[in-house]
Amino acid sequence: MAEPIKAFDEMGEPAAARAAYAEIARWLAATPTAQLERKRQEAELLFRRIGVTFAVYGEGGDPERLIPFDIIPRILAWGEWDHLSRGLTQRVRALNMFLADVYGSGEILKAGRIPEALILQNEAYRPEMRGVTPPGGIYVHIAGIDVVRTDAAQFHVLEDNCRTPSGVSYMLEGREAMLRLFPGLCAAHRIAPVSHYPADLLETLMSVAPPACRGLPRVVLLTPGSYNSAYYEHCFLADEMGVEVVEGQDLFVEDRVVFMRTTAGPQRVDVIYRRIDDDYLDPAAFRADSMLGVRGLMEAYRAGNVTLANAPGGGIADDKAVYPYVPEMVRFYLGEEPILANVPTYLCERDADRAYVLEHLQELVVKLTKGSGGYGMLVGPHSTTEQRAEFAARIKANPADYIAQPTLALSTVPTFTGKGTAPRHVDLRPFVLSGAATRIVPGGLTRVALREGSLVVNSSQGGGTKDTWVLAPDAPC
Amino acid sequence: MLSRTADSLYWLGRYMERAGNTARALQVALREAGMGGGRPARGESWRALLLTSGDLALLHASGVGAAEIIRHLVMDRANPSSIQSCIEASRQNARQVRTALTVDMWEAVNDTWDQMRRRGGAMPSADDLPGFLDWVKRQTILFNGAYDDTMLRDEAWRFVRLGTMLERADNTARVLHAHAAALSIIGDGTAEDYLNWQAILRSFTALRAYQWVYHGRLEPRRIAELLILRGELPRSMIACHARIEAVLDEIATAHGGRRGECHRRAGEIHARLRFGRVEDIFSQGLEAFLNEMLARNIDLGGQIAEFYLHN
Repeated sequence: MAEPIKAFDEMGEPAAARAAYAEIARWLAATPTAQLERKRQEAELLFRRIGVTFAVYGEGGDPERLIPFDIIPRILAWGEWDHLSRGLTQRVRALNMFLADVYGSGEILKAGRIPEALILQNEAYRPEMRGVTPPGGIYVHIAGIDVVRTDAAQFHVLEDNCRTPSGVSYMLEGREAMLRLFPGLCAAHRIAPVSHYPADLLETLMSVAPPACRGLPRVVLLTPGSYNSAYYEHCFLADEMGVEVVEGQDLFVEDRVVFMRTTAGPQRVDVIYRRIDDDYLDPAAFRADSMLGVRGLMEAYRAGNVTLANAPGGGIADDKAVYPYVPEMVRFYLGEEPILANVPTYLCERDADRAYVLEHLQELVVKLTKGSGGYGMLVGPHSTTEQRAEFAARIKANPADYIAQPTLALSTVPTFTGKGTAPRHVDLRPFVLSGAATRIVPGGLTRVALREGSLVVNSSQGGGTKDTWVLAPDAPC
Repeated sequence: MLSRTADSLYWLGRYMERAGNTARALQVALREAGMGGGRPARGESWRALLLTSGDLALLHASGVGAAEIIRHLVMDRANPSSIQSCIEASRQNARQVRTALTVDMWEAVNDTWDQMRRRGGAMPSADDLPGFLDWVKRQTILFNGAYDDTMLRDEAWRFVRLGTMLERADNTARVLHAHAAALSIIGDGTAEDYLNWQAILRSFTALRAYQWVYHGRLEPRRIAELLILRGELPRSMIACHARIEAVLDEIATAHGGRRGECHRRAGEIHARLRFGRVEDIFSQGLEAFLNEMLARNIDLGGQIAEFYLHN
């Protein structure tokens, strides 16, 4: 492993901690390691008992795994959050307008601001969505925007998740755990609450019910089933919202209307918060071998009889090769300068970019455009000569499949290691809800790379989570 | 309630009940085998056991010994009604609807499954078998108590109850059917017949109940009457069908009176038992009557599934 990357620490030197972390620095200095270890164990027990697990099948080991939870919170001052949330709102508005445009008249393509081929020939583009206008023109009702920080002032968006972003249950359960484990520490801060997320989510979903819907819209959560890694989250959210968790077999379509099979007979469904991928939604429209979806769902959707959240085809907005154009979308649709910056991105498909990437592999992070979960990526400064040679060959063979970005020095936050505390790199996934209104509960899911020096925060790659505290505006900081 | 949820609850009730019934039947057969005394190795009880479980192939196969029959009914995963299979199916159904169960109920199912899993498919030894079967019976009673004691009287409870009662009604009819010949004997019968009659009552833990009701020697017609028409015996066919009709009625009331063919047929079966007389059953022929009841049970199960579970 190469030399450690010099990164901005959000707390700062313990002796001169940044204002928002002052109380945390005092608390860490006053709390013996053994006591922190006890609390860590208590937290683990708590998560086990509630059953907050993510299921990993087919990899051996325990199929019901716990994502490690770090007991030291990550703090954001109100000013920082305010800036971030304005940037997120702006970005998600632009993403929704972009989707309405590329599935509508395609103005941004006609204007030459984004290459037409990049969109229309992209696998993530769904021709089935052309000419469909979802209620309110909203495609991405739930967005998870991954944000990283490089210094006191700069936040960058690393990735947009416009399909079926997960992780919000960890945010909510993490907060509950902290309130139980450290009531005193929590009380010493004015932490902006997050527990209204399920209520916000339900209101968002109801607000986009089809115009044909009479009375209170019936919302359901569509899950691929108990073998899905996020099944716990599906049940948790449905329970919190008081709606049914359904599988494909629980729904059917008749005369382009979706019904749920219940003991009281068929019941009409108005809004489906679907947590299954586009490909599996409807065997009649997408993958014919899908056992998870509902035959005829897309026809019902196109007829305006049901709302799907998120809308199919949203993947074109979060495609890694489309990502470099998001700032351009903000300018084009909103006539504003983007509040949040992108990370500079090289598209290996472009000759000049590819030449640069191949020259500078040691400094760059290379990602698959279709990849996720931290799989299939090369972190240049941490790579071996062989790994770089292998990636160079792969890039030359399939340039369109790869993008590269400078290795960002993700900010660090003090994290409990078992022997004491040490800085570890973090990112942040806030959840942006778009319906009749745009809402973001303050904070989001902080993911932390628990291995020393690691920059990969994904839970499949040794990442954990932290509670994220946004300090309320009148907090003394 | 989602039909799939109701379906899981219903089968949870059915499979737990079936595990207990298989254990009861085996206990009775073992007891009879233990009496030995020159009786044929595959006596009436073994025959009845296989008839009850519907394993006709095993019944007619030659050279099948008691050990093989026991393994088939206890551990055989290929037999969907073996104790092992029933417990696994119960747990799987329970897991599907984890949030609809109470903690006590879940623990009763999950502990049973967990202890069974720890056996790793190993058969209990001949000496341990009675203790093992007792344990199975106790676990099913624990489960019945757990759900009866802790569940809200809502739709979830009603579907578990419906499963339990339909399975129990069916089991009673099957056991009686397997013994129809022994119960159709006229007169006092032999000592062997008397043992068979005792065995039949034992399958329902009803030997003492018989005494409390009739205060006399065992008579086939009274046995049939007790197990078919006497509502005070909780495993009698009428007791089960009364509960099935009542629970279906409660479900319909909760749905604003929405009723289907299953309600009519459940009422029909119950009425047949309520107003039936044992003399009439025997003049029709016990076996013919039970054949009819078995067919009606299957039909009722199908109607319930069509109306509530797979609609």
